[in-house]
Amino acid sequence: MNILCAGINHRTARLAVRERFAVAPEETPALLSDLRSVEGVSGAVVLSTCNRVEIYASGLCPVRALDGFREILSSRAGLKAPLYHHDTPRAVRHLFRVASGLDSMVIGETEILGQVKKAYSAASEAGTATRTMHKLFQHAFRVAKSVRTETQITSGPTSIGSVAVELAEKIFGDLGNLRVLLLGAGEISERTARSLQSRGVRNVVVSNRTYERASALAAEIGGMATHFDHWGKAAADADILISSTNSPEPLVIPENLLPVMKGRGGRPLFVIDLAVPRDADPAINDMEGVFLHDIDSLEQIATESLVIRQREVERCESLIESHVGGFMNWLQSLHNPEWRP
Amino acid sequence: MERAALIGSSLCYLFALGHTLFSLFKGRFRPGRFNVAAIAAGAALQGWYLTLLGSQLHACPIRNLPQVLVFLGWSMALFYLAIGPSYRLSLMGAFTAPVVLILQGAAMVLPTEPLEAVRGVDPWIETHASLSLVAYGALGLSCIAGLMYLVQERQLKSRRPSAIFHDLPPVATLAATVRRLLLAGFVVLSVSFAAGFLALTPIPKVKICFSALIWLLYAGLLVDSWSGRLGNRRTAQGAILVFLLALLLLPVIQRLSTLG
Repeated sequence: MNILCAGINHRTARLAVRERFAVAPEETPALLSDLRSVEGVSGAVVLSTCNRVEIYASGLCPVRALDGFREILSSRAGLKAPLYHHDTPRAVRHLFRVASGLDSMVIGETEILGQVKKAYSAASEAGTATRTMHKLFQHAFRVAKSVRTETQITSGPTSIGSVAVELAEKIFGDLGNLRVLLLGAGEISERTARSLQSRGVRNVVVSNRTYERASALAAEIGGMATHFDHWGKAAADADILISSTNSPEPLVIPENLLPVMKGRGGRPLFVIDLAVPRDADPAINDMEGVFLHDIDSLEQIATESLVIRQREVERCESLIESHVGGFMNWLQSLHNPEWRP
Repeated sequence: MERAALIGSSLCYLFALGHTLFSLFKGRFRPGRFNVAAIAAGAALQGWYLTLLGSQLHACPIRNLPQVLVFLGWSMALFYLAIGPSYRLSLMGAFTAPVVLILQGAAMVLPTEPLEAVRGVDPWIETHASLSLVAYGALGLSCIAGLMYLVQERQLKSRRPSAIFHDLPPVATLAATVRRLLLAGFVVLSVSFAAGFLALTPIPKVKICFSALIWLLYAGLLVDSWSGRLGNRRTAQGAILVFLLALLLLPVIQRLSTLG
């Protein structure tokens, strides 16, 4: 029994190509059925995410299967499929790496594991997951769990939004009842606010020099708008201040924050300065209860997390290698039932 | 047997500390049950040690400095077990275990007199002394929470937080913990002082003065902190400084009690 993997990903195909091959959940059962009808293929699983479309299949003849897959995918997308492919044991290793987040655009991201699980469930429901595929995917889930718990591959946040969320959680704990003030309606501050909203923040106030822009953004993210002249008053109630104005001079200075901090009863204020030139005077970071991070420090934290993850890749690979060996032993024992690893 | 219980308890704290340090260095620290279990075992053995001592003395086992140090460490461990796991302050165990170890190490090194049954025990003095140590257990833990607050605050204000940043609890949680422990410790300390005033045994004036000084410092810290005059950082610093002062004065108070 052979295991074959064929597909395209963010390294081999541009987004414009990947989106042509993307498989919607409702299209998956039909595609799985087509794939299984390819000569020599006994089972198939289709993994389709924004970064990859991959087919994992079990069968006797990988060459014929690959030709069949290429034909099916090309006819669906309407262009020639630039497929890469792996045979056993490289296909096994590849799946283990994908499930562990080692093959992702952001190394160590964990969303992919959920996507692999969904792909496996869809194949199970469609009846295209054979015994070998069941064993392979169950093993892949164990590998991903082991890589995640035994190494630092998922360590730390890797984007500005996720860094801001982690810092906020380390200041306040629960983010549910926090109030966020957006000073300026830039795209990056909007994304940061959305990251915070995804972790439970409900109360967002937008203040911008152009009130209409503030109002539009507030409507878009489900917040409230306030006039720019009143931002100081809004800051007194805010827990997180995200600033991204085009002001040539710092707006958030110790003199402005002193009255704000006096009436807070020890409640901290997290200032996220995403503006260039900076909106916040670095001196406010020395004030008690004020935590300031600017675009550089957020990027630095994200980069350091990525460096830590990169350092862990080698450990992950050796962990995966031992699991590939274990799986191959099981596969061998299928061919020769007398043989015991 | 008592000595074995004490050594066993120290080993439990050493395990808790070693496990946390190992996990932190490996970057795999997960708030798990191991630390809590090790500290619980350490506290149970300490409790056993104190029970054995108490049954021989027919009194509360706080007759000399080594016994006082063990009792204090035991109180701190109990307060940690009460609040650490429920407030997700698992890493507090990593800070508590070495402090209790130091206290216990000192208790084992310091010279002790042979145990003899105590005659004419004044129950109010016993209540006063034991409650004082329970109070110092809470105040000691507030000192530890204060230290954790300062470490985490520094991490959050720095542009390059180190690995421990991810494992320490949020500063808001730590600030609330410092205040609650200060309050709990202060209430128990006040009750213990009330019991001291009811005692028939005369208490040396110098000891009353030292105790009153600590009580006043804690009262001032609490009032200023709850009224908002002191911020979280100053409250944490205050909790550390006043407890260290109390710890320094403890041998003096103990000596004066013996003389009294």
